[in-house]
Amino acid sequence: MRQTIALWLLAGLAGCTLLPWYMTSGGFWSFEWVGDGTPDSALTQIVQVGRWWLIAPILAMLTVAIVQFGVVEPVRRAKLSLWIASAGLVLTALQGLVIVRAGPRLFEGLFGGEVAAAGQPGFGIGAGVALISLLFIATISLSQTGRGRGDAFVVSMIGLIVALVAVFVFYPVAHILIRAFEIPGGYSLTQFFPRFFDSGLWGLDCLFGGQSCGTAINSLFLALMTAAGTTILGLAFALIFTRTDFRAKKLLRVLTVIPIITPPFVIGLALILLFGRSGTVTEIAAELFGTEKTRWLYGFWGVYFAQLLSFTPIAFLVLIGVVQGVSPSMEEASQTLSADRWQTFRRVSLPLMRPGLANAFLLGFIESLADFGNPLVLGGGYNVLSTDIYFAIVGSAADPAKAAILAIALLSLTLSAFLAQRWWVGRKSYATITGKADSGQNAGLSPVVKAICYWIALPWAALTAVVYSMIIFGSFVKLWGYDHSFTFDHYTRAFGIDFTSGRLTGVAWDSYFTTLTISSIAAPLTALVGLATAYLLVRQKFVGKDAFEFSTMLSFAIPGTVIGVSYIMAFNFPPIELTGTSIILIVVFVFRNMPVGVRGGIAAMSQLDSSLDEASVTLGANSFTTVRRVILPLMGPALFAAITYSFVRAITSVSAVIFLVSAKHNMATSFIVGRVENGEFGIAIAYSAVLIVTMLTAILLLQLIIGTRRLRRTDRVQTAARA
Amino acid sequence: MTKINAGSVRFDGVVKRFGDVTALKRLDLDIAAGELVTLLGPSGCGKTTTLRLIAGLETASDGRIEIGGEDVTHLTATSRKVSMVFQSYALFPHMSVAQNVAYGLTVGGMRKTEAAQKAEHGLEMVGLAGYGERLPSELSGGQQQRVAVARAIVLEPEVLLLDEPLSNLDAKLRRHVREEIRQIQQRLGLTAVYVTHDQEEAMAVSDRIIVMRNAEIAQAGSPKELYDCPNSAFIADFIGDANLVPVEIDRVDDGQCHFTIGNRRYSTTNALIQAGPAQAVLRPQSINLDNPQMDGLPGEVTAAAYLGREIQYTVETSAGPLFVIAEANARAHKRGDAVSVNIANEAVRLVAN
Repeated sequence: MRQTIALWLLAGLAGCTLLPWYMTSGGFWSFEWVGDGTPDSALTQIVQVGRWWLIAPILAMLTVAIVQFGVVEPVRRAKLSLWIASAGLVLTALQGLVIVRAGPRLFEGLFGGEVAAAGQPGFGIGAGVALISLLFIATISLSQTGRGRGDAFVVSMIGLIVALVAVFVFYPVAHILIRAFEIPGGYSLTQFFPRFFDSGLWGLDCLFGGQSCGTAINSLFLALMTAAGTTILGLAFALIFTRTDFRAKKLLRVLTVIPIITPPFVIGLALILLFGRSGTVTEIAAELFGTEKTRWLYGFWGVYFAQLLSFTPIAFLVLIGVVQGVSPSMEEASQTLSADRWQTFRRVSLPLMRPGLANAFLLGFIESLADFGNPLVLGGGYNVLSTDIYFAIVGSAADPAKAAILAIALLSLTLSAFLAQRWWVGRKSYATITGKADSGQNAGLSPVVKAICYWIALPWAALTAVVYSMIIFGSFVKLWGYDHSFTFDHYTRAFGIDFTSGRLTGVAWDSYFTTLTISSIAAPLTALVGLATAYLLVRQKFVGKDAFEFSTMLSFAIPGTVIGVSYIMAFNFPPIELTGTSIILIVVFVFRNMPVGVRGGIAAMSQLDSSLDEASVTLGANSFTTVRRVILPLMGPALFAAITYSFVRAITSVSAVIFLVSAKHNMATSFIVGRVENGEFGIAIAYSAVLIVTMLTAILLLQLIIGTRRLRRTDRVQTAARA
Repeated sequence: MTKINAGSVRFDGVVKRFGDVTALKRLDLDIAAGELVTLLGPSGCGKTTTLRLIAGLETASDGRIEIGGEDVTHLTATSRKVSMVFQSYALFPHMSVAQNVAYGLTVGGMRKTEAAQKAEHGLEMVGLAGYGERLPSELSGGQQQRVAVARAIVLEPEVLLLDEPLSNLDAKLRRHVREEIRQIQQRLGLTAVYVTHDQEEAMAVSDRIIVMRNAEIAQAGSPKELYDCPNSAFIADFIGDANLVPVEIDRVDDGQCHFTIGNRRYSTTNALIQAGPAQAVLRPQSINLDNPQMDGLPGEVTAAAYLGREIQYTVETSAGPLFVIAEANARAHKRGDAVSVNIANEAVRLVAN
């Protein structure tokens, strides 16, 4: 293990002496920094510019080297190395945070001198290599002290993931907190509370005949309504799906896939085409009944309507599992105790589902709060937090401090729901499925319940179908509501190709390719980080595992808009300057979709008997070999699923991305937002349709790959485990 | 394959805690090289934890573990020369049988051809020569178990660990495979630690049995010692069937304890027991049922079950209900029959309350 530390020491020292420490203007891969002879390494910075504080990492690594060769007793050596490397890590990070050129300067008085006051650029490749080397030296040393069963690979992986989550989740969120205390010319603690509890946020005027309520109250009200609505609709669908002999169950199943591949504005746009002032339904109603054409859609009801359509499938998906989780023998027991079907449902099944229903409710609540696309398109005068944050950043009166306050309000709402879900629902689970085989049949629904379900769900399913077909029609119609003649115009404008010159003339190509590229880079990374985390959570025991799991799941509770705002606040300045690059887009996708990868990984990992990796380890393989030769091959399908899912999520994501795109790196969804804001619905819808087709292709390809693999691999796992 | 360089195992005050739960209280353990020792006990007694501590799959919270005289307390499972056969076999489903057996050799850095040769030899040893190209799922349960054994022994481990290796096999196959495992262990002179909760299995394969209860050792010894001289009511009941009859020891002289069951006086040697209440261990095979006229403990048969080779009775007596096993060719009694219960002095053992 001493060799591994020596290798990292060499890498780290090379990072400090051979590579440019700071961000280089042309980027690393341009290699401009090679040509000018003196790479601006930490060493030259210290010697020539006088940035003496960069000595910290070099000093730490040299001391570790001395300790490695000088101290004989292994545990003492490991402990010393750990402390020195950690100190080097902390000091290097601190100097980056404290001595900055721009952005929040909290401790600028700490360092005197002109050089320090002038600040420094953001970390570059050299700093990155040095920091990672120090991190791994620390983790390897930690494992040598006997922690983590002495497994350097596992401890290093934990260290790396913790560091990544800290830098890309906690650090940006911390920036929001700091900005929220910002007042012109400094920071103030006392200013925060009056601003946070402003009536613009929490006002209840609308209840007492006033104009409108505060933004936070609006968001809260909308979220409660949406959560209740989607839970009821989802339950109706789930009951039909699992407890009746309804013929078109396969069609219902399609409903569960739809939200995954729906770009965020599609439902809003389709609703405008149907119920807007010149929408089809509005026109017909005006003709038949002489009703007035109004703009009722733009406001609370429109957003509510769109959110119900968007999130009911998610509730459906969750509740299928919940309804199926009620053990048939419980219901049979109830029936043999001479309860009829209604009593069984009312007194046994429904109470057993209660935690599951609460879970679906909280999910809907969080989704509604975080939703950005629907309020942006349909919100009108009904202000909600997620869109107000956006306007506070990009609007004419840009006010980052206000955005930070709004973000904190939104974050506190979603986090409370997230915590409630974990601590309250998590503990009160009545999952009645055990390892025991449970034969028997679930009770059918009583006629009344069945009728209610059909009456709720079927019209809704029909409406969903109509809404989605509008997307196809809408993209081929010249100008909806005025000129319904058939046209390919929108497609040629967006995706035109001049075949004579071979040039792509469509306006959408740029963002389309950027989207595909960035999504395909981010997807495997997301899957990797997610599965690695899942491996640690399922298969390894270590101190602080609960906190580790909690922090990796936390980014699920952080709404996209908040992430977006926090990223531009944190990564616009040194030490980590990423705005305007494609890296920031990739990073935001990886850490936003990470919980999805983790969940998928945990599910897949739990199906692999842990004795498989224990067998590998007792046969003399280390955990890295075990992962490579046993776990990864068996996780193939899960890996592919995670990759596709992150790919699709990256394509449809808008809320975080919209803050982070640049002229050079524009994404499909933010391009569509631009079209919608200009009222060019045709192109927006045509583009959405192309995206849907793209994602469907990706999913089908995956199904093809996984479908054939599953026959070979998972079957074998099961037989081996069972026999 | 020649004899393996077998290692001894030593636990010195080993403690294992999982959070607030203590899975092992200060365990001292000595397993000689070449010995097959069984860890036996009810579920949750700490036997599997002990095995996993030897393997390095768990780290001791306190104490010292030695394998082959070397301190391995802080070594990872990877670097210990120990291999393990799992309850679920844990054969890698994506590798062929030969690849499974060769896995430990190749990750250890052996060349592929040599590893394949050794793997083939290992398969031969468990009677599966020629099965190398198959997938684990194409083998029966018993064959999979033998592949798992082959995979473990080709590494020539200092200690072979077996975690309930037979519990997934049906009763008849179980006997066959356990004999095979014992044979291979003796032929190679392996040190083996075997975990099971089945006392019959433990009696059949072990040189020595360590019975565990509540995270500590209840008694250790050869199968015969445990059966004949249990040191507690728990052991008496756990190893073989036993009737535990409460008795009052009225006199102790020269290690001889005197007491009464029913109307008869008994005396037996047990240095550990003092005058006062204790329990007598009566093995059901050593109790005879006679005609009621005979001079013995009067009783009444309350249940009789005919099992072919033997008949099992429950007899209600003044000393409590007794479980009795009689040979089937002896005179049969019916439910409700009055009988005289006869217990020979030599068949009675005493254990403390």
